[in-house]
Amino acid sequence: MPPCRENGGMRLAAEIALARTVGRLSRLAGRGGGTTLPGKLLVALDPGAVRRLAAELPLGAALVSATNGKTTTAAMAAEILGARHRLAHNRAGANLLSGVASTLLEARGVAALALLEVDEGALPDVARQVAPRTVCLGNLFRDQLDRYGELELVAERWRDAVASLDPSAIVVVNVDDPLLADLARGRERVLRFGLDDPSVARERLQHAADSKYCTDCGSPYAYEAAYVGHLGDYRCPACGAGRPALDVAARAIELDGLERVSFDLVTPEGTARVELPLPGLYNVYNAVAAAALALALGATLAEAREGLTRFRAAFGRFERIAVGDRTALVLLIKNPAGANEAIRTLVAGGSPPVAVVALNDEIADGRDVSWIWDVDFEPLVPGLERLVASGERAEELALRFKYGGLDPGRIEIVRDVGRALDRGLELVPPGGQLTVLPTYTAMLALRGVAATRGLVRPFWERDPAGTDPARQG
Amino acid sequence: MPVRIRVAHLYPETLNIYADRGNIAVLERRAAWRGIGFDHVPVGIGDAIPQDANLVYVGGGQDREQALVAGDLVGKREMLADAVAGGAALLAVCGGYQLLGRFYRDRNGCELPGVGLLPHFTVAGERRMIGDILLRCELDPGEQRTLAGFENHAGRTFLDEGAEPLGQVVHGFGNNGEDGFEGCRIGRAIGTYLHGPLLPRNPWLADWLLRQALAHALGTSPVLTSLDDTIEDTAHRVAAGRARARGGRG
Repeated sequence: MPPCRENGGMRLAAEIALARTVGRLSRLAGRGGGTTLPGKLLVALDPGAVRRLAAELPLGAALVSATNGKTTTAAMAAEILGARHRLAHNRAGANLLSGVASTLLEARGVAALALLEVDEGALPDVARQVAPRTVCLGNLFRDQLDRYGELELVAERWRDAVASLDPSAIVVVNVDDPLLADLARGRERVLRFGLDDPSVARERLQHAADSKYCTDCGSPYAYEAAYVGHLGDYRCPACGAGRPALDVAARAIELDGLERVSFDLVTPEGTARVELPLPGLYNVYNAVAAAALALALGATLAEAREGLTRFRAAFGRFERIAVGDRTALVLLIKNPAGANEAIRTLVAGGSPPVAVVALNDEIADGRDVSWIWDVDFEPLVPGLERLVASGERAEELALRFKYGGLDPGRIEIVRDVGRALDRGLELVPPGGQLTVLPTYTAMLALRGVAATRGLVRPFWERDPAGTDPARQG
Repeated sequence: MPVRIRVAHLYPETLNIYADRGNIAVLERRAAWRGIGFDHVPVGIGDAIPQDANLVYVGGGQDREQALVAGDLVGKREMLADAVAGGAALLAVCGGYQLLGRFYRDRNGCELPGVGLLPHFTVAGERRMIGDILLRCELDPGEQRTLAGFENHAGRTFLDEGAEPLGQVVHGFGNNGEDGFEGCRIGRAIGTYLHGPLLPRNPWLADWLLRQALAHALGTSPVLTSLDDTIEDTAHRVAAGRARARGGRG
């Protein structure tokens, strides 16, 4: 039991009761599941509440942050660790301080370990308050420049956050990302992960690659293998600095279209073959990150392998939704690196003839839509018979494809996301699959439509163990 | 004899943060749709700017990347000045716009020399100016137009006395959030903070640049055939609406 400071326990209990009531009311009122409102209230009432709630957890807290893949990585780690511990996990993706507060509140007295996905901008603040025993850092890509500023500003804030962690905390870090490898340097308790299979590397760095200059001397890196964006096996030809040795790695990677990917998970505990029921190299990164994190938290290699094999897509991340006799395959896109990998995976599985792409420009999407021009949509163009451009900035997206070489006669603009879904499904033959690529708030709108029609359960009701029948492909 | 233009694209591998390749794609397609040949010439560190370039493009980068090319760009001063004096068109966006000015004064008061092609200087600011922006322009006498874009810059740029801006800010911050000017223009050379990227939703400016490049290539001012810009015009209206609703204020 934590010590009771100045009646803090009593005060916290009263605040918690109030905040929980707000959560129930919010859900009853149909407002987005009430996943952040109680936390917002609690943080406003008592700025120290998160610190105390986290301190109550018998096994402490682990944080997962990254530009891309944090929701999936955290969900995979939850699948692995859920076999052993009761978890507090913000699986609906409420990843700011208020979402963390809500999650800790909801799981108080029940959970032993908190597994928290954290927004990359919020990481320093959340880490300060939660005092995690493990932090998993996945990657930093250019994303929403209007919100966070430039990549290196975020990296500097992460550097400070890592430096202020307790020395006993373990940093699980993707050293295929040069910026992240650099900020964990010199720390004692570090678990380094990455990919180690040049046969699946890209031929060259993609257009929008970030962080391609040596963190020591500024010369461009030479890549032995570039896997996703600037992530890979790099070395500076000028000063010789390169990727550190990997503690946890994926080798012998086999990509199998849109269905799955298998790989050897190589760890200090030994090697296991993992059959991951999700496609794409970026999901190998997520899986290796989750496995490394779980191992750092005491899971066994067998548990890691089993958890990853059981895993089903987090919502909107390669999720299949059955609609009558057709299927919608939903892939969230939110920045160039993530979108490029989604497209690369799609095209490898057979280029889709019909796609709905929905672009919104709310704060969560990024108000600056220029990032769509850094996405390599071109590989989709030759196979596309019909594009339904949707969302609040549907025309910008239509222009992206028009100037990317798609005949404008093949483009339809349907701004409303629900109607665009219907139109897309109409264009697909019975038994066929519609590809849907929404930005974040467009995905939420789409899920709202799907939930209203009873196609999926609202996200706050979903079973974290992956047994939700609505999302079994 | 087929009509062609040559476009020198400076540092495409380094200065590309705000989707600069979108601007290039728009110029290239709109030329191709009219049967105009388009030679895209990437110009990197240590490379010369082709003397027969009809249009020069400079994009923007993150601080580290801008610092990497700044010295090289200053070394290209003569080549740039010759190209522009000879009547080549130029578009510089965001970081490229800053680098083409006389100097950049950082937070410690140090002045880093610029190319000095455009009559302005930039001072590091504390607060980033971020948001949708709408300008009113008149590049050709009597032809009032609007430009809709997105701006995201901490540097505050000030035009020299008598220098011509690209346009007047209707909604948004502009060069410095104070004087209501945005961008800078000398003849066929334009610098601006507007990205988004700029040209897809402002096709009239793309065509203006193509006309300037063609005039340089041919020695006569051509008339371009018109294109179906239905989607472009709607995108412009939506972006202009965004600037009205939530553009920055100085």
